[in-house]
Amino acid sequence: MSVQIAGVASTPFGEHPGSSTRELFTDAALEALEDASLSPAAVEELYVGNFIGDLTDDQAHVGAMLADAIGAQQAASVRTESACASASSAVRSGVQALEAGDADVAVVGGVELMSASGLGEVTDALANAADNEYENEAGLTFPGIYALMAQAYLHEFDATQADLAAVAVKNYENGVSNPLAQRQEETTVERVLDSPPIATPLNLGDCCPITDGASAAVLVSDAFADEHGLETTVTFAGSGQSSDSLALQDRPDLARTRAAERAAEDAYERAGISADDVDVVELHDCFTIAEILAVESLGFFERGEGARGAVDGETAVGGRIPINTSGGLLAKGHPVGATGVAQLVEITKQLEGRHPNQIDDPSVGLTHTVGGSGASCVVNVLRTGGA
Amino acid sequence: MQPWFVEFAERIDDGDPFYLACEECGAAALPPRSVCPDCGTQTLEERSLSGTATVAASTTIFSSIPEYADDTPYTIVIATFDEGVRLTGQLRDVEEIDRGETVAVDVESRGEDAWLVTFAPTG
Repeated sequence: MSVQIAGVASTPFGEHPGSSTRELFTDAALEALEDASLSPAAVEELYVGNFIGDLTDDQAHVGAMLADAIGAQQAASVRTESACASASSAVRSGVQALEAGDADVAVVGGVELMSASGLGEVTDALANAADNEYENEAGLTFPGIYALMAQAYLHEFDATQADLAAVAVKNYENGVSNPLAQRQEETTVERVLDSPPIATPLNLGDCCPITDGASAAVLVSDAFADEHGLETTVTFAGSGQSSDSLALQDRPDLARTRAAERAAEDAYERAGISADDVDVVELHDCFTIAEILAVESLGFFERGEGARGAVDGETAVGGRIPINTSGGLLAKGHPVGATGVAQLVEITKQLEGRHPNQIDDPSVGLTHTVGGSGASCVVNVLRTGGA
Repeated sequence: MQPWFVEFAERIDDGDPFYLACEECGAAALPPRSVCPDCGTQTLEERSLSGTATVAASTTIFSSIPEYADDTPYTIVIATFDEGVRLTGQLRDVEEIDRGETVAVDVESRGEDAWLVTFAPTG
């Protein structure tokens, strides 16, 4: 029994003033269902990632709210929360429900409405992913945590701030061609280095923006696809999720993401592949340093070599291992609770051959989503095949 | 703040800082834990923590959460104690500090049952 990706959609990412969590998610879910040629009445399970809605909207119980909003009151509905990896956890839950034979149709998605709150309020809400007593109460912000990881990395491996900036330059360039991306403009190493400091050594140009957006995917069982004549191209191949200490201070190596290493190993084993088999990747570049740590944890580069990826063009659209052809979180945007499914939407489009930055004939794609500073990580692998 | 952190901070304030050592595997950890993060046994014992530590990483924060927005720029340090635990705090007395330098730990009161961990160079 395998799980097929029958339909995918994301809203445009950016600012949606006057919109709401309900409206944004409904747009994405209905478009994904239309892409799958299914109606909301077919949905048996709904798993939806949402991270800070309790704080920004004063609204919990988001699963039921969104099942109701998309016209699927009959569905079992659950909100999943693993900080910025919430939507990738939703994907896992949907896949597991189908693999267990509990259902044949699941909608997995995520939504976050961030721009309506002030920058301070959003920064405060996002900080809930960190350890409250040991990190937030000390005045350590989220960019600050990644800045500490960046400083440790730059010291240990002799990389430079310009190497970090090269990640932003590459991902911004990819975002230019993505009509759904929040930032559709190029940048330069100089511009990143000259942008205002946020938490040294990270500047504004090293940081992803505040984003409103929603994404959804329709998962169906093989049997359902056969029975209903659904033609699918993309199959879910395997998944891994792991945890690490909540606080950065408790990790023996500040410049290493162990949850990602464990999640990748598990996902590769379940998918029956190795890192060398992966053709295209969407990974969690919430800050430039995060992409460098991720490409090492995923096995695409040796430790200390990850910074070469963007500098040498190996991770560019035409490179050895294209990373974040959507523009990534840096350019596409990062509606935190939606990001994991947004990544899945992009990989599905690549494997279906309909991506704005299409690479040549990919057969295996991967998403990597991080919660907090690495205390959660989900790796999902997709492949061509279909039903 | 949680009661366990208030106790942890008050012990630093009293000049009697502590950490948790695993009697089984020797791992060092900070409260609140009953299970050793390394070996999983429940044999953590409270031990005295030295008052000085070595800077492992630091960052100067220019854009902060509302509680600290008026304090920017300020520097955050992760420092490693000889016993093996690391702690996060704000740097005092100087604006920047290099990796490997020695710092002394302290706390500042931020109101009732609210404490901020700080580090200052010993040199």
